[in-house]
Amino acid sequence: MKENLHRFFRAARGAGVRVSAAESIDAMRAVASVGLSDRGILRDTFLLTLAKTEEEKQALSECFDLFFKIPEPEQSSQASPAGDEVDEKSGPESQRDTAGAGERSAENLGPLAQMLLSQDRSAISAAIANASSAASLSDIRYFTQRGIFSGRILDQMGIQRLRDDLDELATTNPTLAERLTAALEQLRDNVRDIVSQALLLYGREEAENLRNEILRNAPLSQIEPRQVEQMRLLIRKIARRLRERYSKPRKRQRRGHLDVRRTLRRNAAWGGVPFLTAWKRRRRDRPKIVALCDVSGSVARVSDFFLLLIHSLHEVVSDVRSFAFSGHLIEVSDILESKPPQEAMQEIMSKVGFGSSDYGSSFADFEKQWMGAVTQQTTVIVLGDARSNNLDPRADILRRIAERSKRLVWLNPEGRTAWGLGDSEMSRYATFCTVVRQCATAQQLERAVSDIVATYQ
Amino acid sequence: MAEHRPVAAIEAVENGLAAQGYIASRQIATAVYLAQQIEKPILVEGPAGVGKTELAKAIAAWRGLKMIRLQCYEGLDEARALYEWKYAKQLLYTQILKDKLGEVLGGAETLHAALDQLHDFGDVFFSKEFVEPRPLLQALEQPAGCVLLIDEIDKSDAEFESLLLEILSDFQVSIPELGTVSAAVPPTVILTSNGERDLGDALKRRCLHLHIGFPEQRLEERIVESRLPGISQMLRRQLVGFIHDIRTLDLKKLPSVSETIDWARVLVLLQASELGPEMVKDTLNVLLKYESDIEAALPQVTTFVAKAARQNVFG
Repeated sequence: MKENLHRFFRAARGAGVRVSAAESIDAMRAVASVGLSDRGILRDTFLLTLAKTEEEKQALSECFDLFFKIPEPEQSSQASPAGDEVDEKSGPESQRDTAGAGERSAENLGPLAQMLLSQDRSAISAAIANASSAASLSDIRYFTQRGIFSGRILDQMGIQRLRDDLDELATTNPTLAERLTAALEQLRDNVRDIVSQALLLYGREEAENLRNEILRNAPLSQIEPRQVEQMRLLIRKIARRLRERYSKPRKRQRRGHLDVRRTLRRNAAWGGVPFLTAWKRRRRDRPKIVALCDVSGSVARVSDFFLLLIHSLHEVVSDVRSFAFSGHLIEVSDILESKPPQEAMQEIMSKVGFGSSDYGSSFADFEKQWMGAVTQQTTVIVLGDARSNNLDPRADILRRIAERSKRLVWLNPEGRTAWGLGDSEMSRYATFCTVVRQCATAQQLERAVSDIVATYQ
Repeated sequence: MAEHRPVAAIEAVENGLAAQGYIASRQIATAVYLAQQIEKPILVEGPAGVGKTELAKAIAAWRGLKMIRLQCYEGLDEARALYEWKYAKQLLYTQILKDKLGEVLGGAETLHAALDQLHDFGDVFFSKEFVEPRPLLQALEQPAGCVLLIDEIDKSDAEFESLLLEILSDFQVSIPELGTVSAAVPPTVILTSNGERDLGDALKRRCLHLHIGFPEQRLEERIVESRLPGISQMLRRQLVGFIHDIRTLDLKKLPSVSETIDWARVLVLLQASELGPEMVKDTLNVLLKYESDIEAALPQVTTFVAKAARQNVFG
């Protein structure tokens, strides 16, 4: 049973539930005290001990159902779906078998052939399970490995011997050979099913990691529509990571200055004798962010993900105000806060999107109405390609924004080599920016935002 | 191992809690049973008002134990949660005992001898007498064990979580001057959280994680029944059905179990025998706590009431 539990923990990890060694020990102890007889209770036990969030509970409960569908060695005495199939199909045949014909030649066959011919489904599924663990099936990670693992399992079961038997029988006893071939096909199907299921159980995490790794480095502006949802999930994961890294307020070292006033006040009860000391503490600001995002043309998608990321950082960032522009500029904070990302983006696009971008007049809009939002604690982030269609870039406004703010960061989805070419005003704007960085992939986005937040730590 | 035993034990937990007026789902009962078996705290998460705090109270009442409650808030520290030295008392005693001290030290010839005698005098002023135990220490010192409720842990600072780790895993605390205080009987610890911030992994790892959501309709009916035995079955079913419909709306604050019970109480007071649109509209403020929510729900009331009434006929 212990073996089975370990396998389940590995499957749980595959489903994205973080199971540490200590947690698996706890789960074992818990299982020991509730027993295995009641599946509902067993399931609740795992949900209680292993999963630590709502999503993990969901994933784990799916994993539990999937896992206990696979017939395990211990369960082989119970009817498994695969075993039933074999039984039904071969019902009449096995009767014929007992009636006589093939018995005598079966004696000098290999163990696998005998097992298949005897149609002992519990023995077969037990053999498959044993072979799977011998082939360490639970190490399967990628779908490309399916063939290898199926092969290994069949090898373990002695398919080599079976082939020899088949070759021999083909000449001596063709009817038996035919039956054996059919049974072998059945066996192959079963093994394939087992391997697929194992992949589903154990390989999910790796497959997801691989996919995410590719997604992280794909240019945001060029991803396909079907990947948008995955990208959103990835952005949410990034947001979570950034939150975990930056949300815990690390207090500055309390060494140094005694806060005399607070110390006296605190010790007033015993006549000012300082039993308790109070130290001066430096307060740390949480980032205030003003984001100006170009939503025209190819930049729109990058802005979309950027806004999603910035607005999922509540714990880290105290105040975000975001603005979107192409021809003119509007504030979009409320839209983003109140609606799900998909709808919010649609609404923003219908209001300002799809125009040709005019950085000059958009900056002018911002200065006229919202300049007050920029203070000495604010980081202003401009996201755009700085292509202003040869209109007046109004770099003077950008200079004033830079003077008022703590930092001015420009994120440009275009590669460095394209800056300043054609109608790009990047080199003119860059003069006033604290930092200019390329920001075309999810990974660059994460680094950029992480750096911005880190400057406040 | 007797295979049927745990199932019976979990049912016993369910019945025990039910006797205290707390109707627990199977998962809650399993959690309580496991917490006792493997001596782990339970971390309860879920929306406000689904009975997280009530669970602790019910467990305490059922087992006949004392409940010690520690309400967390921002800035909660060791001195408020664990223990504190009684400074004023220490000061007072030194003043009173001044003469006595003089006597004790009077015989000493040299400074060194005086110091030795002072050592003999012992750490009188740092003994148990001068410790003011706060909830966490109190919980460890209960001779019969207790239920320790650490309420709204998400409201406290991250540092406070680290302070809890020692207590939660080993049921002991270290006081530098006194040594380690271990629990005579490990207390049953319940932590509650409204998910205001993500808790640290270290804390989560040490706990059984129980999520209590809004109960299913049947369960909620049983909860109302146990809290308000006098309520008619028809009203009860209509009212719970209506609340389940309300929960499907997009509201700022969904009504939870505590609101259901309050509302049921109000309706019983008004001597309603069944749900009527007018009465619902008049009492909606018991259920919904925001003006905007009430406005959003008002147009739906008539349909929901009709639906609840229909449900009663067929259900």
